[in-house]
Formats: sequence, C-alpha cells, structure tokens
Amino acid sequence: MASIDIQNVKKAYGHVQVLHDIDLQIKDGEFVVLVGPSGCGKSTLLRMIAGLEGVTGGEMRIDGKRVNELHPKDRDIAMVFQSYALYPHMNVAGNMSYSLKLRKTAKEKIASAVASAASKLGLDPLLDRRPRALSGGQRQRVAMGRAIVRQPKAFLFDEPLSNLDARLREQMRAEIKKMHGDLKATSIYVTHDQIEAMTLADRIVAMHGGVVQQVGAPLELYDRPANIFVAGFIGSPGMNFLEATYHAGGVTLKDGTVIALPAPLALADGAKVTVGIRPEHVVMGGEGIGMVAGVDLVEPTGFGIILHLSLHGLAFKVFTLDRAALSAGPTVRVAFSPQHLHVFDGQGNRCVPSS
Amino acid sequence: MKTSLLPTIAHRLALLGYIVFALFPLFWLLKVSVTPNDLLYSEGVRMWPSRTTWEHYSFVLQHSAFPTFFKNSLIVSGSTAIIVTICASLSGYALSRFNFRAKYWIVGLMLLTQMFPLVMLVAPIFKILTPLGLTNSLTGLIVVYTAFNVPFATFLMQSFFDGIPKDLEEAAMIDGATKFTAFREIILPLTLPGIAATLGFVFTAAWSELLFALMLINGNNAATFPVGLLTFVSKFSVDFGQMMAAGVLALIPAALFFLLIQRYLVQGLTAGAVKG
Repeated sequence: MASIDIQNVKKAYGHVQVLHDIDLQIKDGEFVVLVGPSGCGKSTLLRMIAGLEGVTGGEMRIDGKRVNELHPKDRDIAMVFQSYALYPHMNVAGNMSYSLKLRKTAKEKIASAVASAASKLGLDPLLDRRPRALSGGQRQRVAMGRAIVRQPKAFLFDEPLSNLDARLREQMRAEIKKMHGDLKATSIYVTHDQIEAMTLADRIVAMHGGVVQQVGAPLELYDRPANIFVAGFIGSPGMNFLEATYHAGGVTLKDGTVIALPAPLALADGAKVTVGIRPEHVVMGGEGIGMVAGVDLVEPTGFGIILHLSLHGLAFKVFTLDRAALSAGPTVRVAFSPQHLHVFDGQGNRCVPSS
Repeated sequence: MKTSLLPTIAHRLALLGYIVFALFPLFWLLKVSVTPNDLLYSEGVRMWPSRTTWEHYSFVLQHSAFPTFFKNSLIVSGSTAIIVTICASLSGYALSRFNFRAKYWIVGLMLLTQMFPLVMLVAPIFKILTPLGLTNSLTGLIVVYTAFNVPFATFLMQSFFDGIPKDLEEAAMIDGATKFTAFREIILPLTLPGIAATLGFVFTAAWSELLFALMLINGNNAATFPVGLLTFVSKFSVDFGQMMAAGVLALIPAALFFLLIQRYLVQGLTAGAVKG
C-alpha cells in the first residue's frame, strides 16, 4: 500500500486545458472519492494516476517515487473500469490471474491467490465461466477480483457501479466499503453519484471545470460547503439558493424578509449575497410564520415527501417527513432557522464569520 | 408470443428465391462440367443431361496444364492473403489506436490508391516490374496484389479494431502488460473474426484476379488459374466442358478456405467484454 502525492498537476489536450493545478495528498490506506459532474476532469485525473494519460505539468508521486513518466505496468496499481473491461476470451479464473501470470508468479501461488479472492467475492462457482455467461453484477465482481488478486499499491475505481441497477449498486457499494475496511488499501474512487461519494469516502474531492473545489470529509462538505458549486452538488435534493443583501447581523431576501444571522460575516454592508438552504432544513410553517410559496409539484418518495415550490418566482424545494404535506394546498408557508443558512458572496464562495 | 405462419413462410420463400438466383450459375457450371461433348449442343436447354461423364475432369487433371495453374494460384493467393493480413493488422491497429501527425495524410493517400481504375496502372506497373525481372513470375504477382489489397484490408482491420473496447488494452496494461503484449494476448485473439474475414477477402480477390495476371504473365509456367482458363478458348472453338470442369475444381480451395474460417466469421467473440 502506498501514499499518492499529486502536486500542481495539469492536463491539456492541445490548447484546451482540462485540469488546472491539482494538488492532492492521499494518505496510505485512505479512501478518497473524486466527485463532480460529467466533464469535470475526475476520470482524466484518475487515468493520469493510472498512467493511461500523460501528465502535462506538475508532478505525481506514488510512495514518494515520481511516476510521471512511468508506464502503467510499472506503477503497480489496480483499476476497476466502468465497463469492467473483462477479457472476453478468458474465463473468470483467467481474467483474475492474468496480472499474476504477467508477473511470472508461481502457479501454486496464483491458484491460491485466485481462490482466496474468489471466495471473498463469492465467485467460486463461476471460475470456469466466460464473461459473456455472467450477469452484470457478477462481471462487476470479477472486475473487483481482478484488482484484489494481487496486492497493488493502490486501487483505482472509475465509476465502477454506474452500469448496475439501483439495488445491486447499493449492495456493491456496501461490499466495496467492507472490502476497504478489510484490505485497508489506498483507494481512489471516481463517481458522479454523490451518495456513493458520501457513503464510501474518508475524504471527498469535489471537482468542477478541472479545478478542485473542496477537499474534506463527507460531512464537512455537507455542513460547510466551500462554494455554491459544492453546496449545490452535495445533497439530494439539491440545495435551494436565494438572492439576498447582507447587512450587519443578517440578510434581507428579495421580498423584504429579514433573517438574523447567528454571527456577523466578513462582508461589507449592502453586499449582494446568495443564501442557501437545504430542502431538508426548511420548516413548513404554520399561519403567520415564514414566507408564502406556491406549490408546483408534490413528489412522495415513500420515506418522505419532496415539495417543488416557487418562492419569489424561483424554484424552491422542501423535503419533509410530514405526510400532511401530501395534501398541501396551492400555497404553503416555509421558514428556516438561521443556523442552517449558508451564505455565499458575489464570487460564490462561502462567507466566514468575521472574527 | 405466437408468431403467425404466413410472414415466416414468405420470409423463407424470399430467402429460397435469392439462394436459387445466386447459386444458379454455379449449378450451371457443374451441369456443363459433367455433360458429354456430344450432348452439349444437341439436347437443347435441359436442367440435367440425360447422360453424365467425368471425362472433362480427367482430361483437365491429366492432360492439361491445369494442375500447374492451380498450384500457382494457390501460392499467389495464399501468400498475398497472409502478407496482406499481417500488414493490415499492424497498420489497422495503428490507425485505430494511435494518434500521430501524418495519420490524416496516410489515410488520404491510401484512399487515393483506391481511386484509380486498375487498367490505367497496368502499363506503368509493367514498366516498373520488367527491369526488376518480376514479370512472368509469381513473386511479381504477389507484390502487385499485396500492394493493391493492403489499403482496403487496412481499413477493414481498422474497423475490427475499432470495435474492440480500448478499456481492454488499458486493463491489460494496468495488469502489467506492455502495449505489444496487450496487442498480442488480448486484442489479437479478439480480432480473429476480423483476421479471418480479411484473409478470406484477400484470398478470393487474388484467386480470381485476371487483369494483372494476364498482363504480367505469359506462358503456362507462371500462369494462375484465371489465365489458365483462357487456354480452353482456342481460335475456333471453346471447350466448355473442360473449362467448366476446371472452374469446379478451382472452386474447391476457395470453398475449403471459407469452411475453415467460417467459425471465426460468425463468432461474436467480444460479447461479454463490457456491459452488454
């Protein structure tokens, strides 16, 4: 197992720069999830760590050793592909043992490594099958087996669960987490699914437009998003944003509602700000409390209810566990407590309390 | 689900009609090859002669230069097919997987070679090959056929390589393979259907090529089978029986060849590689 150091790494295709000065230190045994929308560069970064893409600038180190120029085969990492990329002309055992064969491992050692990986993943009865005779979930397991059969320095996962159906995805997610708990292997996991990111990660790296937006523990990103992008990306349904003006002690919304803040922010009076509130933090108010919003749509999820509202002409979502919301009238009253309010400045960055 | 009978029958009938249409000339070849000379013009149009004979076959095999033609054709077509397939596999892989500066121009040039009618090129090629001593030789034919078939075969192979997910090689490289090992152990086995198709295509193209064989070869020693067939046409008559018998014999290797490779042609080997 190993640490991975990414220093000032850039990637450009011709004149198009897709990754800008990425800095990331991944500790030995850590599970790091790169998350972001399509095209944010997360997969490119993973492929650069794997050695499948060249590094345009900066330095990449695995276990302290510079690997910028190293061929993938010499980096001693394992990767699980979104497409699984199983060798169709080899059976499951062949797929899992290929890397060991290439390393000229002794036959008995290969057999025992494959057997132990197979039993870990419940693949024992399938060892003679070709990939085409396997279901999606089984193929996914074989892809994982191929990665764990040798003890690589790090595991890379490139959206490994996105081809599975929802139930299987949930199950494999738990298995990956369990496997990481057992193996304590340095892992980098790419996904666009923020639930996967939240549940699996020791640390999440949120990316957007080829730039790292925030690095932190899952709950840190949820509780204290560094900017509007992270705030909107983490959490489902996504955070609501409203335009407001800052003044000492509080913010004034467009309709004149004043919300007092628990602490003054490092902002000038009269500064334009965006306030964010998560749908699950919005309180459905009784008569006389909060603001009036029109109800556009009611979505029961079983567990709770998502209300799509329009507030000051903007889309606004509320998540509530109260089934009474199902029979909401044409308008409801919404309120939110100041400690759940996120305030972002004109550049979209989180405003910190002035000290 | 219950399928109704009528469309199935119509479908089968249409297929049958097409097969009959496509195979009729071959049947006629066979029919004439076993018709005795005296019945050839006297019986009118009949589907099968009243009396059959093997005499044309025995004549062709024992008293004509046909075995030589046959051997020459086998050498030329076989060598061409193998050389072209090897070249096309390598270049097709390069075009499919690598980005290099001159790629656009190389593809353009290869397309350009396919644009000229071959007749235009016969004279210059003859001019080039004569001083090299490659006219009237099988080697000369192999060189020319190879040159003309490589571009198309390259495009063919490229499309087969394009059909193999890039993830597979990347997975192999991460597993510890060099680029060439990944090509040899992962990609090549999966391209066998493509290789079989290319071999078959080039083999039949070379097997039935007449123009260059006719222009570059004189005399029976280096003549290939299509040229040899013309020896059955004399100034005053055409020996149809012997010609057809030779034609039937010439079909055998091509048929055998396709029988050998058809397993790869129909096999969808990539199934199951990636999500499907």
